[in-house]
Amino acid sequence: MRPPSPSIPEKEFLNSALKQNLRIDGRAPLDMRTPVFIFGPELGWVDCSLGKTRVIAYVDAKMVKPTPERPFEGMITIHSELSPMASSEYETGRPSEEEVTITRMLDKIIKRSDALDKESLCILAGQRVWHIRLSLHFLADAGNMVDCACLAGIVALRHFRRPEVEVIGDDEVIVHSPLERAPMPLAIHHSPFCFTFAFFADPETPPILDPTQLEQRLSAGLMSIALNAQKEICVLQKLGGVPQDTEEVLRLVKVAVAQAKELSNTVDAKLTADWETRKVEVR
Amino acid sequence: MGSRIEILNEAGFRSDGRRQFELRDLTIDLSKHGEADGSALISHGLTQVLVSAHGPREAKMRSHTFHDRANINVEVVVASFSTGERRKRQRGDKRVLEFAATIKSTFEPVIRTNLYPRSQIDIYVQVLQQDGSTLQTCINAATLALMNAGIPMTDFVCAVTGGVHSTSPMLDLSTLEENDIPHVTVAVMPKTKKVVLVTMETRLHVDRFEEILNLARDAGAILHQEMKEAILARSATLVALAEPVTKNQNKGDDDVVMD
Repeated sequence: MRPPSPSIPEKEFLNSALKQNLRIDGRAPLDMRTPVFIFGPELGWVDCSLGKTRVIAYVDAKMVKPTPERPFEGMITIHSELSPMASSEYETGRPSEEEVTITRMLDKIIKRSDALDKESLCILAGQRVWHIRLSLHFLADAGNMVDCACLAGIVALRHFRRPEVEVIGDDEVIVHSPLERAPMPLAIHHSPFCFTFAFFADPETPPILDPTQLEQRLSAGLMSIALNAQKEICVLQKLGGVPQDTEEVLRLVKVAVAQAKELSNTVDAKLTADWETRKVEVR
Repeated sequence: MGSRIEILNEAGFRSDGRRQFELRDLTIDLSKHGEADGSALISHGLTQVLVSAHGPREAKMRSHTFHDRANINVEVVVASFSTGERRKRQRGDKRVLEFAATIKSTFEPVIRTNLYPRSQIDIYVQVLQQDGSTLQTCINAATLALMNAGIPMTDFVCAVTGGVHSTSPMLDLSTLEENDIPHVTVAVMPKTKKVVLVTMETRLHVDRFEEILNLARDAGAILHQEMKEAILARSATLVALAEPVTKNQNKGDDDVVMD
């Protein structure tokens, strides 16, 4: 289904404003919206918003039998579905092109980059492993859902605590409830954050970071970079759109590197602050 | 079985005998295939892809047309026998859909779609054999198929994969190398040296990435030469065949060899 295109006055206003380095919501071209996190009462539940874009991420863990090809590794599945609640363009059931892009990006950023250590999820080799399920619900689309979803997913995984298990002998597994023993955090190697830049057809218009919905629709190309605070690029996607010089691509990578560092500190601070509020009695 | 295959040995040779920056054998076949307006069968080493391009023609579904430009439709079929192990792909397989979307968005800024409003340009991709760098081969084949079909484009699109093995960059990776080292696929337009597509799914440090991006962009220019020669050769053949028969009256043999 084709989305209704923006009106001509909107298009012209946006293009002329961007030419003068002005964005409609008042941000600088390379300014990101400040992420707001609301942590749920349960561990592993996060509501992340970037401006008006809202995504809820929820993590839960189940004990299952591992696949025969990999008996020492746990499993992680990401479930995300775009419903018309996010925007009237999306239909349930049939994945639109944008939905395919988002789910594939999340898959690459969180699963393929090995952010989560799967071997640490093994309880009893060949018999019992943890199956971590990350569910993402897109509540509102005000542009740049990929970045918001990725952020929500990573923060939820870091927020989540799995129950502690004790293995006795060769086949006895005791799962301790969170009331008996403090639950354990997941082993996360690195936290990738995603940054999306939008390009415009006019060569004098600079690329912008974290586009709103209107900017995204009127853009002539998007580039998403997922990297961690250790300056490693996990995913870089510039799928078509206005051709760019490699120098420009590399300049934006540097911008993303700086943003990743900042974001990493913000996320760390928010997670620590939330953890303080949860009473953990040590007896 | 059990000996570890070295990606790059001390003498500077890769597992298939190539040097670091050596590209694989490129074969291009632009002969007519079926009822397609243009087609190309190309292979980079053992990776083989067949692309047929149709159009511009009347759109099958009116709802998918644009009033001011042509709609580009890309469909990708990965043969189940293309990989070492036979694997049948589902119709709505997200990976394949993403592949098709990638190819479509690569060609959207390149094809002069504004010349054909309310029309459709179809690009059908058949992946016949996979030995690494599938996206690279698909994009190169699609460029040639579109050119063969006479669809106007602003420039060639030449794609190349690049990878980094610890600190040594390499080009045109095979499956063995793709599974082992971080790699990126870059599609470049040779006239302006600008990149249309950059896609990387494996973790790589920013400094290494800078190196390999520039290297891949330059390698695209080399592929451009090969592709241009193939197109010119094909055009020359077609032009020669279009010459009236009277010109060859002195030759006893009237048989025309189409190749």
